[in-house]
Amino acid sequence: MTRCRWMLLPILLLPLLLPGLPALAQLRPAPPHTPTPPPAEQIVAGLSRDDVDITTSFDGSEIIIYGAIKREKPIPPGEPLDVIVAVEGPARAVTVRHKERRLGIWVNTGRVSIGSAPTFYVVATTRPLETILKPELDQRFRISIPLAMRAFAGKSEVADVVPYTEAFMRLRQESELYRQDDGAVLLAEQTLFRADVRLPANLIEGFYSTRIFLLRNGEIIDSFRAPIEVRKVGLERWLYRLALDQPFLYGIMSLAIAAAAGWGASAAFRLIKRP
Amino acid sequence: MQIYLPIAEVVVNAFTLVGLGGIVGLMSGLFGVGGGFLITPLLFFIGIPPAIAVATGANQVVASSVSGVLAHVKRKTVDFRMGWVLLAGGLVGSSAGVLLFNLLSRLGQVDLVVQLCYVVFLGLIGAMMLQESLRALRRHHRSGPIKPMRRHQHGWVHKWPMKMKFRASGLYISAIPVLLVGAAVGVLGAIMGVGGGFIMVPAMIYLLGMPTKVVIGTSLFQITFLSAYTTLMHAVSSNTVDVMLAVLLIVGGVTGAQIGTHLGARLRAEQLRILLALLVLAVCGRLALDLFLRPDDLYSITPGVLQ
Repeated sequence: MTRCRWMLLPILLLPLLLPGLPALAQLRPAPPHTPTPPPAEQIVAGLSRDDVDITTSFDGSEIIIYGAIKREKPIPPGEPLDVIVAVEGPARAVTVRHKERRLGIWVNTGRVSIGSAPTFYVVATTRPLETILKPELDQRFRISIPLAMRAFAGKSEVADVVPYTEAFMRLRQESELYRQDDGAVLLAEQTLFRADVRLPANLIEGFYSTRIFLLRNGEIIDSFRAPIEVRKVGLERWLYRLALDQPFLYGIMSLAIAAAAGWGASAAFRLIKRP
Repeated sequence: MQIYLPIAEVVVNAFTLVGLGGIVGLMSGLFGVGGGFLITPLLFFIGIPPAIAVATGANQVVASSVSGVLAHVKRKTVDFRMGWVLLAGGLVGSSAGVLLFNLLSRLGQVDLVVQLCYVVFLGLIGAMMLQESLRALRRHHRSGPIKPMRRHQHGWVHKWPMKMKFRASGLYISAIPVLLVGAAVGVLGAIMGVGGGFIMVPAMIYLLGMPTKVVIGTSLFQITFLSAYTTLMHAVSSNTVDVMLAVLLIVGGVTGAQIGTHLGARLRAEQLRILLALLVLAVCGRLALDLFLRPDDLYSITPGVLQ
């Protein structure tokens, strides 16, 4: 077991040695529930990149979240240390709809609106989430997938919203937008950790938050937070902004392109036909 | 080659889109239809959100009909006066259609209405066309005398007020049925993301009694402006036109259309019409299956809060 961990060390250290990586410990947030003195064990972490550019050929991106545990005293005995890494995309309102057969055809009947649900959510851990995190702490910090969804919007028309929220989580997991990766965080010697998070191709723009929690005996002893900015760049950005800010101009431009292509094709065709 | 569409916010294969555009262009060149009724359902199948597919489909129709109408203007087979009157009705219909479309999206039933419209109209037109062209083919085989179609049948359409002269069509009829046909096609075009040529052409022949030689040019003329207007309305009212998607479809579409026109010159008109009728019925059947078969997943996610 020990040997195995030692073999992991070079992998864990690799991102630390790579040049041009953002500096470690970008932000030092207030510890969750021990104001002063600072916790005995602290997270020092970094991300392989803190911005993701969506270009025309964007095909997803890999982010390495890595770090170390800083401590003044030797490793306390007892339960081992655990790390949870959660990456969360911008929240959007969504509606989940349910189809039923009416008059022989399948029609959307019931619906439940969720006022705010992250467009992307990955929670990676060292060991199964349920065993390392107390439910009340999950409630408070909203770490597991069901708790990442917030606020139902408006009054509900359906008697039971549970099948809808379950279907929502299932659909999001099928499209790889939500993921719970138990054991995906590598932790060596209770000191160095690393998690690789794959961002899929169908991302939306905005700030993605990265949260890292350090746990021992089911308690959160330190946490760390850093943003990742995902934005469209170049042509993607220009078209998107134009469509939203100047919709009339954008419409005219789309039409001009279409008309020019139509005219160009018939002109080119005449040229080919003539000789 | 995967490509990220800026408005649709989905990743699709660029070659798939160019290929789809090409196939639809081929059809439109072969059969002389805009191809909107094919492109929009095909976009649904590859996972483009319906609202984006409808609005972008309208944009693609502009490109294919511009290229078609130019050829007809040269051949002097466009009745401009009829075109303008149809367009006037069409603009009213299209505005109403876009409003209706937005209302239906808010109610969450837009997919159903769009699908039902497709199934009903494609089914009707496909069946009518198949029956008519089979009859024509049988007549051709018997090589009997072809009964000339009687024009100037003075039906109910001719009794209405506001009569106008349409010189190129050789008609002296009321403007009201023309406006109504234009408006009806406008509503359908906005909801279905189509130019409406496949509805307009039979309506012009059978309802208005226009001579066949000016029908296609005139229909293309008014469709060009009408779908341009629809595109603009969708872009302004719901930001659903994805120009990147449109460009890829158009590139394939205009190329396919030219190849189709070449191929079309080598096939007989009745055979072409049977093929088109079968194609229309196939698309209709595929969409009908979606309505009648149990979907893979009974739940679906739509962005936003529906009222």
